[in-house]
Amino acid sequence: MSESFIHLNEVRKVYRTRGEEFLAVSDVTMDIDVGELVSLVGPSGCGKTTVLKILAGLHPHDGGTVRIGAGEHDFDPSRDVGMVFQASLLLKWRRIIDNVLLPAELLGLPKKESLDRARDLLHMVGLDGFEDKYPYELSGGMQQRAAIARSLVHDPKLILMDEPFGALDALTREKMNLELLRIWSESKKTIIFVTHSIPEAVLLGSRCAVLTAGPARMADHFTIDLPYPRNLDMKTHERFGVYTRRIYKLLEME
Amino acid sequence: MKQKTDYLRRTLPAVAVHAAVVLAWYLWVELGDVPQYVMPSPLDTVMSIFEEYNWLHNTLVTAGEVFFGYLLAVVVGVGMALAFSWWRMLSDTFMPLVVSLNMIPKVALGPLFIVWFSYGFFPNVIIAFSICFLPILLTTARGMSEVEPELIDLVRALRGTKWQIFTKIQLPGSLPYIFSGMKVAVVLAVAGAIVGEFIASEEGLGYLMLQVQVTLDTAAMFMAVLLITLVGVALYGLVLLLERIFVVGDSRLEAGA
Repeated sequence: MSESFIHLNEVRKVYRTRGEEFLAVSDVTMDIDVGELVSLVGPSGCGKTTVLKILAGLHPHDGGTVRIGAGEHDFDPSRDVGMVFQASLLLKWRRIIDNVLLPAELLGLPKKESLDRARDLLHMVGLDGFEDKYPYELSGGMQQRAAIARSLVHDPKLILMDEPFGALDALTREKMNLELLRIWSESKKTIIFVTHSIPEAVLLGSRCAVLTAGPARMADHFTIDLPYPRNLDMKTHERFGVYTRRIYKLLEME
Repeated sequence: MKQKTDYLRRTLPAVAVHAAVVLAWYLWVELGDVPQYVMPSPLDTVMSIFEEYNWLHNTLVTAGEVFFGYLLAVVVGVGMALAFSWWRMLSDTFMPLVVSLNMIPKVALGPLFIVWFSYGFFPNVIIAFSICFLPILLTTARGMSEVEPELIDLVRALRGTKWQIFTKIQLPGSLPYIFSGMKVAVVLAVAGAIVGEFIASEEGLGYLMLQVQVTLDTAAMFMAVLLITLVGVALYGLVLLLERIFVVGDSRLEAGA
């Protein structure tokens, strides 16, 4: 059996503020293969974002094992992470193309190649012709597309998404879900996708991890055995309903 | 074409109001038979430029004091704001002091500065600086702290340096704030330089005003005030121009002018 790309075992994180301990997340155990899209779903305070920050190397974990990279899929934590957040966090004073180039600049990648790649990515996310616009000239959905292009520009191996569509209206959100599935299949990246939305988690994920709050822990994770390419029709399928009910149950919402 | 008429429609009333004030001033003085030593007419004021008061030299001295005091304030203000944003402890320790110092009417410190630094060009630069640097520091510090923490995460995940965070995110992000502080500071810098000249000096427009006050040459006093104002307007114009160059449309609106 070959080693998984990401190996998490009993990962745990405790925050300490003013002498008080606060359990951010615990029992995070799962193996993720290269090219998977794993959705992390759960209520506020369950530690989804903490898991992302541990994976990004922004927070040390307090217990358990975190290993990223295996064999031919080595992983350089200083350059192989791309991030997308709920807010697009595009820099207001930069044109879209220059926003996309930010990670390449930070890493000091060659300018010419980066520029070509940024243009290709803007094409992939459907923002042809918006290179020289400023962020305020784009709609919320378009800004998130630009943010996704930015997360890919330095060709990282792992993309971390923290509720990237949480601020979009429901229709735009569904459209962006399909877009993300397409971008994922074209870019073949490993994506960890944090969301509040159970249908979103099921529609997107090749695998789904469910986290609960109070105590903050990972309750379960399972493969979502729905065929790709996925579409919105699948939300009405019986198997889709089985998965969403399973998650609701884990979150003790029914 | 439409833009041009819009521009005219917006600027025309402003020009008209200014002209009306000058006209009212002229009519009041001429028809009201006001003595010239109380209120010179606009014409008398303009004509006073031909008197031997070394206008050019005195204006340049005042402009120099204002400019260098202001420049120093921008450099020190932005530099300190940067230090505050990098070292939290520094900010926690000194920010309250800065806020307290800001409450002192700096004009009242003028006589002290004369005692400390003697009088002349340099002490007036210091007074102009001290009176206008706090607003720049406070607005810049505010701007630097407005950076979204997630954006910092994004940079840190790629092992970006503090310097990269500053040059690529903090500094450009706080430019709208810096400029709004700088605009407030222009008027203060001018006031600072003039106060310095009032207290003790041998040159400058403030000095000149005290000289002509003795001879009751009110027209020259008006001219001096006009030139002081023009120094301020020129600096303000320069700041506006820089803002136009460096701050992108949308971010400019957001922080307010």
